Amino acid sequence: MRSRSTLILSLLLTAAVMSSRCERETRRYKELPAASNRETAVRVGQLEPGMPQQKADVKSPYQENAWGIGEGKRLYSAYNCAPCHGVNGGGAIGPPLMDDAWIYGAQPDQIYATISQGRPDGMPSFGGHIPAQQIWQLVAYVQSMGGQVRSTTAAGRNDDQMGALPESRRGSQVPVQTGHR
Amino acid sequence: MSHLQSVIHPAGIQAALVSHLWWILFGICTFVWVAVAIAALIAMRRGHRAASVDLPESRIGRNVAFAGVATTITLIAIIFESVVIGRSLNTLKAPDALRITVTANQWWWDVQYENPVPSLRVTTANEIHIPVGRPVGFNLLSNDVIHSLWIPNLQGKIDLVPGRRNELWLQADRPGVYRGQCAEYCGLQHAKMALVVVADPPEQFEYWLTANRASAPAPVTPEQQRGKDVIEKGPCAMCHTITGTLAGGRTAPDLTHIASRSTLGAGSIPNTQGYLAGWISDPQSIKPGNRMPPPGLASDELQAVLAYLETLK
Repeated sequence: MRSRSTLILSLLLTAAVMSSRCERETRRYKELPAASNRETAVRVGQLEPGMPQQKADVKSPYQENAWGIGEGKRLYSAYNCAPCHGVNGGGAIGPPLMDDAWIYGAQPDQIYATISQGRPDGMPSFGGHIPAQQIWQLVAYVQSMGGQVRSTTAAGRNDDQMGALPESRRGSQVPVQTGHR
Repeated sequence: MSHLQSVIHPAGIQAALVSHLWWILFGICTFVWVAVAIAALIAMRRGHRAASVDLPESRIGRNVAFAGVATTITLIAIIFESVVIGRSLNTLKAPDALRITVTANQWWWDVQYENPVPSLRVTTANEIHIPVGRPVGFNLLSNDVIHSLWIPNLQGKIDLVPGRRNELWLQADRPGVYRGQCAEYCGLQHAKMALVVVADPPEQFEYWLTANRASAPAPVTPEQQRGKDVIEKGPCAMCHTITGTLAGGRTAPDLTHIASRSTLGAGSIPNTQGYLAGWISDPQSIKPGNRMPPPGLASDELQAVLAYLETLK
């Protein structure tokens, strides 16, 4: 009797582990770009009128998806993010992305809005130029740079020489919203 | 029957050597196979009768020694022939050769015709024109993983390795259209990573090269102008280049003369307006996993883009 329940339990556990792996590896090539107008409602500062409101809990559809984060890593160099933000996110003439300081917010929808709308002093707007799907992939990758996604999902290595720890080994940090200085 | 991609229909010196070697091996193997088959048949027919006959020990020894010596001589002859042909495959280097840099990407070929004067360089993709009767030296690079360039009618295959430059020399002796194929598994769309090689008579090749040095022609009709605007201000320009316009992305095939090419998606589909429309609206259905996302154009924008791309001869 005991061995049977052990068997059922282990089968269930295997199924649970396997189903969680599935989402990690799914490649959603045919996903149509989601219509996204939510950046218009995204708050990027700490000041807000009236009573403090509930924050919308929006996640990147690729936050749990290693393929999507990998695509984001590829797009990060394809769309020339690296010259300003650094190859591994260490920052250059643009702010670093691997630290805990976030000028316009560390929430996925705030990062989406920053990429899509652009920000003063240099950040160009990518909305309308690249599909929403790719912006969400970039959001997931940017989050992985500061250790904001699970280490099992973040990239484990670069295709070329590594100047920094891989994303999967960066410790998670508590994001601080600094605002524009 | 066309011999677009065939080792035994060589169109150049090197391929002729390779095919020569192939026929020698084929002849020897056929001979050995037929001889063994005949010997086995004879042995089967003799069956029990022969089992009772005792051959003298010395005759068995002689037979084995003869077979051993014959095999060794054949093997040495094949190795000698193979080394000689292997060496002569690489003796085409010539100072007046045409130099072409081919960079493999997942899953397409970037092609650049070298010239000391930068403005005379030509960039294209997935289609290589070469002059008949003139040696061509390829510089082979890769941007991501290991690929392999194989144009069976013209040469043997050679790998394109990231971080390393390989060379391949070939010469076409007959005008014609040949198909090349990636011959090293490189990911999901490895099978749809082909290229077209067009061997032109020299004067026709010079004409093609001169035509491809030009920037894209200016749009004429308002619809073509609109198409150009959509490309420049929309998603296309993020990855594609059209010389003479604002589109200058470097991560996808050059579109400056796309209407003059015969295939789309690295040999996946023919380059006609209908296929082009299908490709632009949903590339992931035609070649799943390729790097082009659906750009999400409205139908009138798509028509304008098609009208403009059609003029890029």
